[in-house]
Amino acid sequence: MKILVCISNVPDTTTKVKFTDNNKQVDDAGVQWIINPWDELALTRAIELKEDGNNSIDEVCVINVGLSKCDATLRKALAIGADKAIRIDADPIDAYYVAAQIADYLKNNPFDIVLSGIESSDYNGSSVGGMLSEFMDCPAISSMTKLEIENGNVTIHRAIPGGKQILELTTPFVGIVQKGITNEPRIPAMRGIMMARKKPLEVLSAVEMESLSHIVEFELPVAKASCKMIDAEHLEELVNLLKSEAKVL
Amino acid sequence: MNFELTEEQEMIRDAARDFAQRELLAGVIERDENATYPKEQVKRLGELGFLGMLVSPEYDGGGMDTVSYVLAMEEISKVDASVSVIMSVNNSLVCWGVQKYGSEAQKEEFLKPMARGDKIGAFLLSEPEAGSDATSQRTTAVDMGDHYLVNGIKNWITSGGTASVYLLIAHTHPEKKHHGINAFLIDSKLEGISVGPHENKMGMRASDTHSVMFNNVKIPKENRLGEDGQGFTIAMRSLEGGRIGIASQALGLASGAYELALQYAQERKTFGKEIFKHQAIAFKLADMAVEIEAARFFCLKAAWLKDQGKPYGQASAMAKLYAAETAMKVTTEAVQIHGGNGYVKEYHVERLMREAKLTQIYEGTSEIQKIVISRGLLA
Amino acid sequence: MSVIAFAKNWEGKFKKSTYELVSYAKELAFRLNTQTLVLSIGEVEESELEKLVQYGADKIISVDDSRLNILSSRIYAEVISQVVNKEDASYVILSDNNSGKAISPRLSVKLKAGLAAGVLDVPKSLDPFVIKKQVFTGKAFAYVQIDSEKKILTLSKNSFGIVENPTSLNLVKFTPELSDDLFKIKVKSVESSDNKIILADADIVVSAGRGMKSADNWQPVEDLASVMGAATACSRPVSDDGWRGHEEHVGQTGKVIAPNLYFAIGISGAIQHVAGVSRSKCIVAINTDPEAPIFSVADYGVVGDAMIVLPELTEIIRNGE
Repeated sequence: MKILVCISNVPDTTTKVKFTDNNKQVDDAGVQWIINPWDELALTRAIELKEDGNNSIDEVCVINVGLSKCDATLRKALAIGADKAIRIDADPIDAYYVAAQIADYLKNNPFDIVLSGIESSDYNGSSVGGMLSEFMDCPAISSMTKLEIENGNVTIHRAIPGGKQILELTTPFVGIVQKGITNEPRIPAMRGIMMARKKPLEVLSAVEMESLSHIVEFELPVAKASCKMIDAEHLEELVNLLKSEAKVL
Repeated sequence: MNFELTEEQEMIRDAARDFAQRELLAGVIERDENATYPKEQVKRLGELGFLGMLVSPEYDGGGMDTVSYVLAMEEISKVDASVSVIMSVNNSLVCWGVQKYGSEAQKEEFLKPMARGDKIGAFLLSEPEAGSDATSQRTTAVDMGDHYLVNGIKNWITSGGTASVYLLIAHTHPEKKHHGINAFLIDSKLEGISVGPHENKMGMRASDTHSVMFNNVKIPKENRLGEDGQGFTIAMRSLEGGRIGIASQALGLASGAYELALQYAQERKTFGKEIFKHQAIAFKLADMAVEIEAARFFCLKAAWLKDQGKPYGQASAMAKLYAAETAMKVTTEAVQIHGGNGYVKEYHVERLMREAKLTQIYEGTSEIQKIVISRGLLA
Repeated sequence: MSVIAFAKNWEGKFKKSTYELVSYAKELAFRLNTQTLVLSIGEVEESELEKLVQYGADKIISVDDSRLNILSSRIYAEVISQVVNKEDASYVILSDNNSGKAISPRLSVKLKAGLAAGVLDVPKSLDPFVIKKQVFTGKAFAYVQIDSEKKILTLSKNSFGIVENPTSLNLVKFTPELSDDLFKIKVKSVESSDNKIILADADIVVSAGRGMKSADNWQPVEDLASVMGAATACSRPVSDDGWRGHEEHVGQTGKVIAPNLYFAIGISGAIQHVAGVSRSKCIVAINTDPEAPIFSVADYGVVGDAMIVLPELTEIIRNGE
């Protein structure tokens, strides 16, 4: 079985986002780029399954649609245990464009399981996985919180409002990963970093494709008015304010 | 000239930072206060390959360059210098010497498990009467034909109680002065070795520092490291590299304290504004930033020279001297910026300040570094 | 040209977010000078469907197939696309919740329609179609231009509000063509957690962090939540340390929520945490540290020990009911 994990390259979650070029571009200066945290969880689970040895997973591959600045992120994916990385060399204009590029790759390179994170911490689209499943015409499991494979049988937990569903299904499918799928992302070990040097990072050119949307401009939120402090001895005042001023209680 | 780090060096720095933030930060105050050896944390350090990151892959190491080592040491030291000193001693004092001077059998038996982190190494040079002044060794290793018989006391030994491997320096031919010194690579559990009580230190309290006593310890001939009489060279060369480790540790203490102070100065308000907006504080932080950057250049330069195969003794002494002095100054200022909060343990900076003091002392005091540097000026 | 809002039901009932969705669709249709259609999938009683008329549904299309009572993004996307094609609709609006997030990407590919996920406002312009959405988890906004002829929007909760706009009931049934192949995922079982109030839906959320000192100190948090009918949540370190389950973690890498009222108790206010709750209408911070960054994003603040403040606050609210 082969698992493909879709990776997006996003600014570190502690980054204070800034824009340049009249708010048309994200300001890259001082930004630390990381694997989108949800994608990293998906990758971690895929590697765990492979290492477990009982799941007949032969290969864990990561794919990204992006420019060369994403290579460092892909190398990290290799260092934490992916076998192979693919970068489709293009500016990821919108989710549709990204999904269509990956779908095109999948036509000639089939995978049994495709994983992606439920959110990306940059454009918050959470759309690539769902779009891919439609391109592939296969089921997509959203909010996947558990993935187990035993003798080729796949068991999945899906978080639903107020609980979870336990599903069984056959491959191929797209899993859209939510927190809980694994404990914590891995820290690359020296050995992994060393081995990543020898693992393939293929750069493919993009196919001609249209995007359906694009970002025109960014905007930063306006700062909030200052916080009203309430004396801990007079909490009834807080309750009154919540009722009469904020009208939320 | 090129000031860019490689992609791989950045990845190692980030891995060390993630490890420090995710796995060392929680509990560091308690480990310091109770002087608890960071057993789990050292195990993880080994799993991640930091304990043998400089050792060649052939001997189960990470095969990383010294520049990466500086970056990793800085990140780990920002959070827990008790852990980073174990990493420094294992890597640059013990593993380095074995890789450089050891026989294949010694590498197989000692270097591989140390590089994997399965065994921890300690470096036994200092004595009650002899620190960096290695020729004054009182510990003797008498050549008995088929073995050496060792007697003496070693002091202030990092990982003295937990290490499984000792790199021991002792005199075999006292009359030959430094040409009579030998280095040995031994199992710490040999008969006749006893470990003194845990030293109750001012800082780096979680690292395990002991005296080690040798009472008629029989060391087989094949455990001698290098040629007969090569011990002094081994010790001095190991210390040259060790200085890069401790300099990076000092750098980490300084930059860790600086980051906390910078953050605090933007959050804490007095007279209606963030204290960063008071020039007295802003200038302090500017000075700190400049000195840290200079210390970082010293460390990276020494590491780069080592990686290029060029002499680095002078550079590593300068790095150690400057970084240690900077650590002391910057951590003291960080406490000052924190005001009353800086004096309580919760805010970390007082611990960093106590730890910084040791970087001016061990692996050659600042004064010793000046001796090394000044001698080098005429060389 | 018309606007279709997909009204998801939960066990046959709509939620406030559904009314907000229909209100929004109505406003958009008004601006486009077209009709507001509302699509319901699964069995819903007519009296429940009729409620949507209050918010401006010109026509309600009901697909009352019992096989569709449980959400399948694949099947729902198929049904919606059949309706869109039949009605020749140009705009599809879904709620930006779990179901909307699952269905909209599939629909985007089926209809070749550009998708703006998590929109926050009515369009800035109609031609070109430009709309505001959140990016970087609330740390910034983006204006997205959708270039395709058909367009899909998912609407962020609490971004438009519920607006009454009564029309008269025009209810039609629709029977989609669905191949059996689509029904092959087996749901083995469903487990519900004991968390009674669903975090994503909650109007009030009581959230606590490391400042609570120990997992054993959560009772006052639970009590405050319970007296207000609120959901409980927590910060990342708390869920990482296993004090609370992952499903309670709110923040940039956890759940992103936008309740009316958010209590941040013993939470310092790291940028990642704030990103996940910044769209709350009102934030109350309770913290022992007066310098905690959470106060800079809060509307109301109390400096004090949660173990003392919470029981008192609970008591005041209880007595005020």
